[in-house]
Amino acid sequence: MPAQAPVSQAPATRIVVDRLDAHFGAVHAVRHVSVDLSDRSVTAIIGPSGCGKSTFLRCLNRMHETIPGARVAGRVMLDGHDIYGNGISPVAVRRQVGMVFQRPTPFPTMSIRDNVAAGLVVMDHKPNSKQTDEIVERALKRAALWDEVGDRLKTSAIGLSGGQQQRLCIARALATDPEVLLLDEPTASLDPISTQKVEELIYELRTDVTVVIVTHNMQQAARVSDQTAFFLGGELIEVAPTERMFTSPTDERTESYITGRFG
Amino acid sequence: MTGPANSRTRAPSGRQRAVAERTEGTIRRRRIRSAIMVGLMYAAALIAILPLIFIIIHLVRLGGSSINVDFFTKMPKPPGEPGGGMANAIVGTLMIIGLASAVGLPVGIGAGLYLAEKQATFLATTVRYLADVLNGLPSIVMGIFAWELLVRPMNHFSALAGGVALGAMMIPMVTRTTEEMVRLVPISLREAALALGYSRWRTSLSIVLRTALGGIVTGALVAMARIAGETAPLLFTTLGNAFWSTSLKAPIAALPLQIFTYAITPYDNWIAQAWAGALVLVAIVFVISLAARVATRRRFGVATD
Repeated sequence: MPAQAPVSQAPATRIVVDRLDAHFGAVHAVRHVSVDLSDRSVTAIIGPSGCGKSTFLRCLNRMHETIPGARVAGRVMLDGHDIYGNGISPVAVRRQVGMVFQRPTPFPTMSIRDNVAAGLVVMDHKPNSKQTDEIVERALKRAALWDEVGDRLKTSAIGLSGGQQQRLCIARALATDPEVLLLDEPTASLDPISTQKVEELIYELRTDVTVVIVTHNMQQAARVSDQTAFFLGGELIEVAPTERMFTSPTDERTESYITGRFG
Repeated sequence: MTGPANSRTRAPSGRQRAVAERTEGTIRRRRIRSAIMVGLMYAAALIAILPLIFIIIHLVRLGGSSINVDFFTKMPKPPGEPGGGMANAIVGTLMIIGLASAVGLPVGIGAGLYLAEKQATFLATTVRYLADVLNGLPSIVMGIFAWELLVRPMNHFSALAGGVALGAMMIPMVTRTTEEMVRLVPISLREAALALGYSRWRTSLSIVLRTALGGIVTGALVAMARIAGETAPLLFTTLGNAFWSTSLKAPIAALPLQIFTYAITPYDNWIAQAWAGALVLVAIVFVISLAARVATRRRFGVATD
């Protein structure tokens, strides 16, 4: 556990990653990573391209194994239960752990409303149409998109701008009320204004969701996260509260990276 | 100091002029060559559609006069007797297209989905290759196959056998277009659905297939248009029928067969009827193709191609 903060905001541990290894065929992409992620906090994962940070993220909702030839070993405890445990269905895991990708992925055949509701229709207790409307509205408001699209929910999601599409995808991920939200470079294909909106959103989300964000942008990591983890060559080099990480990293490789000497 | 500076601003030297002339000559030559190539492309495009234009003009000229309400509602008349129609053949053709689609579409779409999902497995590679071979199979061979498979065991020609023969022809076409369309759906969409907690099959059906639907519908309609005019397989299977029949178990009339039968007779009114039948057949194909185009434009006005 990291150094204790004052009791009022003492974070409970939400996810415990225990000696996680991930492979793509012969490539050992994530090497023996162990880390704790606190409840209601934002963890940023930084590191150069190909360091395994996206693969690590994709292990947290069992998306990694959807790629042919991919393997995972180790444990990922979500609220004390191993998501790789016997009899645990990856589908059930993904319903609790939402994910947003680098490029916006609205479903092109669906309206804005149906896109946001897309995760609801596969839930065990499917909400009725009226409840769905309410959930969609709430999700869009949380994703700061309601003001822009509230009057055209029935139109195609393809008509939205890139930044709006990405916030739509965040709304879609939030609609099912996930406990954990994984963001894989969510602003990499966005303009600065959209990026700012998404960052503000991430900052607000921490009050009720555990967020893990992979980013190439170190300022972004510094702005939005409580805790930062640095990956290099598939290994977790260092993890620390963000402020400490960017002011006095303990590992010299971390320091080289964040001061721009490589990567 | 003034010497060299002046020489630079003065009229171009001989060498510069030569370069300029050469450049101008090159550009002129390129323009001419470009104009010739563009002209050739226009000519090729025109020649490509010319046969269709001639066919339609010809069909309208020779068959148009026989097209009237009777042609669609009346039965064929004996040679020499004026009037009559091809109601039985038109209905027969539509029934056979329907039957063929009932066989070809589910199998073809299912197989295409399988090929797209399991791209590199041995079975998928084999099926893909065999589908291509089947696509190039002469249609008369398909007729013989259906004859052996259905007509001989049943001991009589039937609409069913014709539908199966044409359906078998549709399968590889629909399989390949479905596969292509499904593969055009980005992996990111599939991942987005999986990440929302969709199971694999649900992702395939409600996200991937739905996204590819416009293209698949187009492919299906194109395949229907292709088989609508097939004659050879029908010779071995449905045989044709001079009378009204909508039974699947009995021989049934079909436009291509009726055209063939009428066109080789010496009777003028039958030959005119054959032309009219050909015109109606082309119209059916045209309507199906048009439907294919409309189908791709629907859905929020976004074309899939």
